[in-house]
Amino acid sequence: MPDERKKILEVHHLKQYFNVGKKDEVRAVDDVSFDIYEGETFGLVGESGSGKTTAGRSIIHLYEPTDGQIIFNGKDVSKLHTKAEMHEFRREIQMIFQDPYASLNPRMKVKDIVAEGIDIHNLAKDDADRTKQVEDLLETVGLNKDHSSRYPHEFSGGQRQRIGIARALAVEPKFIIADEPISALDVSIQAQVVNLMKELQEKQGLTYLFIAHDLSMVKYISDRIGVMHYGKILEIGPADEVYTHPLHAYTKSLISAVPVPDPEFERNRKQVVYDASREHDDKQRRMVEIAPGHFVRASEDEIPMYTKRAQEAGLVTDFPHN
Amino acid sequence: MENPENVIEVRNLQIDFHTYAGEVKAIRDVSFDLRKGETLAIVGESGSGKSVTTRSLMGLLAPNAVIKNGSIMFHGEDIIKKSEKEMQHIRGKDIAMIFQDPMTSLDPTMRIGMQIAEPLMKHKGLKKKEAIAQALEMLKLVGITNPEGRINDYPYQFSGGMRQRIVIAIALVCYPEVLIADEPTTALDVTIQAQILDLMKDLQNRIDTSIIFITHDLGVVAGMADRVAVMYAGKIVEYGTVDEIFFNPQHPYTWGLLNSMPTLDTEGGSLTAIPGTPPDLLDPPVGDAFAARSDYAMKIDTEKEPPFFKVSDTHYAATWLLHPDAPKVTPPAEIVRRQKKFAAMEKPEPPIKKETKE
Ligand SMILES: Nc1ncnc2c1ncn2[C@@H]1O[C@H](COP(=O)(O)OP(=O)(O)OP(=O)(O)O)[C@@H](O)[C@H]1O
Ligand SMILES: Nc1ncnc2c1ncn2[C@@H]1O[C@H](COP(=O)(O)OP(=O)(O)OP(=O)(O)O)[C@@H](O)[C@H]1O
Ligand SMILES: [Mg+2]
Ligand SMILES: [Mg+2]
Repeated sequence: MPDERKKILEVHHLKQYFNVGKKDEVRAVDDVSFDIYEGETFGLVGESGSGKTTAGRSIIHLYEPTDGQIIFNGKDVSKLHTKAEMHEFRREIQMIFQDPYASLNPRMKVKDIVAEGIDIHNLAKDDADRTKQVEDLLETVGLNKDHSSRYPHEFSGGQRQRIGIARALAVEPKFIIADEPISALDVSIQAQVVNLMKELQEKQGLTYLFIAHDLSMVKYISDRIGVMHYGKILEIGPADEVYTHPLHAYTKSLISAVPVPDPEFERNRKQVVYDASREHDDKQRRMVEIAPGHFVRASEDEIPMYTKRAQEAGLVTDFPHN
Repeated sequence: MENPENVIEVRNLQIDFHTYAGEVKAIRDVSFDLRKGETLAIVGESGSGKSVTTRSLMGLLAPNAVIKNGSIMFHGEDIIKKSEKEMQHIRGKDIAMIFQDPMTSLDPTMRIGMQIAEPLMKHKGLKKKEAIAQALEMLKLVGITNPEGRINDYPYQFSGGMRQRIVIAIALVCYPEVLIADEPTTALDVTIQAQILDLMKDLQNRIDTSIIFITHDLGVVAGMADRVAVMYAGKIVEYGTVDEIFFNPQHPYTWGLLNSMPTLDTEGGSLTAIPGTPPDLLDPPVGDAFAARSDYAMKIDTEKEPPFFKVSDTHYAATWLLHPDAPKVTPPAEIVRRQKKFAAMEKPEPPIKKETKE
């Protein structure tokens, strides 16, 4: 199925290793490839330490990749040379960081934190405009303007997270990497922020890479989902399909672990345990399109099994493998 | 203690913060009990005072905080009256806390093994070698792979969720009597989360720890809590058993909370957020603080603060809707669905009513 939409981000065989060549080498991201289309939300889920944040940080070029390519808007991110190119890239792509407290400068007032990007990129006409923009942004994320002259430590965890969101939105980026943007928020504010992100997407055509572990929220906000495990992507597909008909055993176990807000259900919960040892059998694995747009990392001999699963789920009738 | 089953009794707690803009009235008359071996979940709006309430149990309030009123009884003694030196003997040993921001509770310059071992050396008088050996066990328990290889790493070398597990290991290492867990699993993926929650339950079963669990993840609350307290704007507005809060909620804020989650079959459209923003605690509103955002607000809600109305022996809610003279209202559809389930649920046999004629 050829896709007519424009790819805003292409990640090709990205490898991001730490302490390369040393005894404690960590292969945080290990040969990961995926594309993100303009205007969509791509959800990245996976267990703690699987490399989601590292992937995000590689994409905004906080690290020099060990190997592989990151193409943003048709340009190779490692080859942005002029200051102007770098400047534009830094504005168009923003990251909302996982740890809200560590990413806010404790000595800066909230208004100056939020306006940081506005100042760097000269986006305000004058002081009054700057103040107005900051106040509007605070309101957008459900804080009020009285908060603007306070310091980060005077806020609750959820309030801090929203300051981070306001800061990212301030420069009107095209692409936002949101690393667990809502996990510190209470459900009602989560709903507000998610609604807000969707609204901005519709109005401004924003694209999101949404990193989270809350699968029900990821499923709700994302168009497509990628599932990461030990530095590799194991499954990619349409959000609903991955959620209702996961093909990979790891995805199944992840979904079975989602807590449900129903005490009766929780008392009888059955969790599917995943045995990761099968990934270490030295077989060659690659991403195989099992159903249209639905990929699984599989070895040649696993393909028939996944195809059968997809057929049983009604995802595919007769689909040739590439 | 008023009740021997209680480990902690908080009464009429009131906490303000001095700021340039004025006094932030963060905690406004909060009372609750924590029973031996139970898990009490505190849920509620961001900024409603969950962290501040629980930090006060640890004697760890910010310097600009003032306790205006109230008492926090632990083993028959008021924690508020204790000196910092006395608190140091309680903190980390009898009452331990897992903080909301993992990075700020770890020392970036200290190897993580030492950070886990430190409370054992300080409170239990263990030698360094023994303490480190126990720290290693703890690392295994919280699910860090290759703990031997990582015990000498620094915090920045770990992912967000791994750091949080190290914080959890530090809190559990002395087997505290009371464990306060402030959003302990928000940074964790669901599989590790399930593992950590099991670990906490296991600890509870083994040594009868009482847990105060703060989270906004109502799924986790449903799985962990025995009782639930719901906070809004510095007050507890409703509390009851986990079934009572999830299946028979009474306060409109609790309704809003349960109504704003996506369910597995929520498709497209938008989520039902509670409209508006929480009140400014520099100048808290008169009456029911939630009134301005509630579809169910009545005139009296803006005039007079609702007292707690009794729903059952274990369930109380501060809403005028429970006043006998209040009009009958229909809650949101999701709540009606839950209440139907509650009506159908098996309840403990009510005491047989004897016909009494006066
Ligand atoms: N040091 C401080 N100075 C001034 N105000 C503070 C301070 N610490 C907390 N507050 C205020 O006290 C209120 C309660 O904060 P708290 O951290 O207890 O909220 P919370 O319920 O834990 O929220 P969250 O779910 O977002 O963590 C908030 O309005 C917050 O802005
Ligand atoms: N600067 C670093 N030096 C060494 N190892 C690192 C560094 N940053 C991350 N790692 C390691 O890389 C792996 C992936 O970490 P990453 O932060 O990307 O995980 P994550 O998927 O975001 O997890 P979480 O859900 O817990 O945030 C982990 O094993 C981590 O310990
Ligand atoms: Mg991360
Ligand atoms: Mg908090």
